[in-house]
Amino acid sequence: MAGIPHRFAWAACACGRPHVSGFVCAPEAPADGTGALGQAVNEAALRAAFPNPTMRRALLSAFGAGTLLAALESVLPLGTAREALAQPAGAPEKRDLKIGFIPITCATPIIMADPMGFYRRHGLNVEVIRTAGWAVIRDRAIAREYDAAHMLAPMPIAMSLGIGVAQPIPFAVAAIENINGQAITLANKHRERRNPVQWRGFRFAVPFDFSIHNYLLRALVAEAGLDPDRDIQIRAVPPPEMVANLRADNIDGFLGPDPFNQRAVFDGVGFIHVLTRELWDGHPCCAFAVPRSMITDTPNTYAALLRAIVEATAYSDNQANRREVAAAIAGPNYLNQPLTVVEQVLTGTFANGLGQVVRQPNRIGFDPFPWHSMAIWILTQMRRWNQLQRDVDWAAVAEQTFLALDAGRAMRELGLAVPDSPLRTETILGRSFDPRQPEAYMASFAIRRN
Amino acid sequence: MGAKADPWRAALLSVLLLAALLAAWEWAVKGGGGPAGPAVDEELAALLSPAAAAGGQTAMPAPSDIGARLLELLSDPFHRRGTNDQGIGIQIAWSLGRVAAGFTLAALVAIPLGFLIGMSPLLNAALNPYVQVLRPVSPLAWMPLALYTIRDSSISSIFVIFICSVWPMLINTAFGVATVRREWLNVARTLEAGRWKTAIRVILPAAAPTILTGMRISIGIAWLVIVAAEMLVGGTGIGYWVWNQWNNLSIADIVIAILLIGLVGLLLDRMLGLVQRWVAWQE
Repeated sequence: MAGIPHRFAWAACACGRPHVSGFVCAPEAPADGTGALGQAVNEAALRAAFPNPTMRRALLSAFGAGTLLAALESVLPLGTAREALAQPAGAPEKRDLKIGFIPITCATPIIMADPMGFYRRHGLNVEVIRTAGWAVIRDRAIAREYDAAHMLAPMPIAMSLGIGVAQPIPFAVAAIENINGQAITLANKHRERRNPVQWRGFRFAVPFDFSIHNYLLRALVAEAGLDPDRDIQIRAVPPPEMVANLRADNIDGFLGPDPFNQRAVFDGVGFIHVLTRELWDGHPCCAFAVPRSMITDTPNTYAALLRAIVEATAYSDNQANRREVAAAIAGPNYLNQPLTVVEQVLTGTFANGLGQVVRQPNRIGFDPFPWHSMAIWILTQMRRWNQLQRDVDWAAVAEQTFLALDAGRAMRELGLAVPDSPLRTETILGRSFDPRQPEAYMASFAIRRN
Repeated sequence: MGAKADPWRAALLSVLLLAALLAAWEWAVKGGGGPAGPAVDEELAALLSPAAAAGGQTAMPAPSDIGARLLELLSDPFHRRGTNDQGIGIQIAWSLGRVAAGFTLAALVAIPLGFLIGMSPLLNAALNPYVQVLRPVSPLAWMPLALYTIRDSSISSIFVIFICSVWPMLINTAFGVATVRREWLNVARTLEAGRWKTAIRVILPAAAPTILTGMRISIGIAWLVIVAAEMLVGGTGIGYWVWNQWNNLSIADIVIAILLIGLVGLLLDRMLGLVQRWVAWQE
């Protein structure tokens, strides 16, 4: 796709497709229907053949899904059905969609796709609706007032596992919105207390219990030997209220999303202590979340929406477009913030509140690929702090909730390079995290709640 | 409190007090010049608010800033520039619509039920404990339950209006009906008026002022609650507008919203006050 900017360097390859040097040729996996759509066909077929759930479960545990599907496949053309679903989409079943968002720069691709026409280009008529908080966005998404929603990346995992909701509700991360782009902001009076060891007794705000912010802050203070439940206080505070609370001396700092870190500096209330990219470069933050039923009920709409989002994400990632994007989303209909604040976040040339102008073009990035390694790290932290009170198959949950195959397909269709494996070794707070051995990583923590 | 105050002098004093308050406010924010802050280079200053660039914090807006913003808002109160950017007039209309819906529903339930309770001591005794327990519950405590069960945010906020405005009307109606003078009921009975006719022709007019008092209390509560409910749920309405400006830390807009919410509340109360005067009677 000409004209679509991207963050990856092209390299010529015999397969005729562009991808990053060092990556093997991406297999055309999704075309054979092994993505989430294929999974959905399999589930539907099993359900149709064995409508009694007790019997289905008994059969599944006795023979395994593979055997059962093979048996079904001998009488039903499942392969054809899977492939039909995986083919380039036809017309969207549903064109008028509502998508909820929280007014923060993490939501940039979801928001800018409206004024800059990315939804329209994919045949969709989307209304993006500003929403008051994470719990509200979750409840409205569950109630289907929204067709899809901007969520914190851990939220669909928690919802799918039934944590923080009445019963498990299968939601999925169709694409990651932003990577990095968060910061720890401290009150001006703490200018001399820059080492986490000195933070005993601090009151911190994070946006939500199920947020990368909460997990990163906890991991950071735990590395410094402080117990996040006993030595500091962590409160869930809606991002807009963070600056006001900091000003009122109600909290000592927050690990929160922009534009509110920058807004604290803009209003002379606090300073940016550290950008989260220095804690975990490339960490996920917000996600484009869909109910899993959307994939089966309206597959063409899902595919068109995902393409629009992936395209908008790639466009937002290009440094050359950042000012244009900032101007498109700063106004009262979207973020409702001073343009200079949004620009400082997106361009990475910003005042840090300590009298300096910092130039960090990669302050925030936009990369749609939902790495399973991210999901597995989030799960380790949910388990570590006892939000998740049972052992689960981490890799399986990651696969169910982070739809890497579907996002990969949309990226490939738009000419973006796709990693060949959804697992990569992450470097988090100076430690290496191997997603294939999460247990060893878990065992290495001195401070934990499980 | 003996002699009646001269209304003109009272009005003059009101205006003077307001003017003094605004002048003091204006002076506190803008006057005095403020200490000259540390000099910062131009590039940095462009990235900060003027107050922060001078080494301070963004100050409370002065009355003149608020006045300017008020004119700006009122010059185009009904604009629609997208889902999330609508004029303040439209937001107030949304809130009024929700209050009207919730309040009407509450009246439709509370007044007939209050009649029954007032006319039947048995029902009164049976339902009283529930009313007493439910009445003091903060309306916002209902919100999560409403969102969870109704699964629709705008119906939920109407439900919250309903549930908080139903009690004063119910209690006042029951009280008004129960305290109708016995002689009047006896007269009705001697004239062989049926139950229905007695209710409509005797009890209703007799209890009307008390019922209206309940309605006035209810509409006041409903208007209080809608702001909080819309802040929680979002979408549209004056409460959402306040939340949204809070988001932007725009204190001038919040002051304006407080002013407008107060004025609309006063207007609603006055309207029911007029109806109350119309149904009032004197022996």
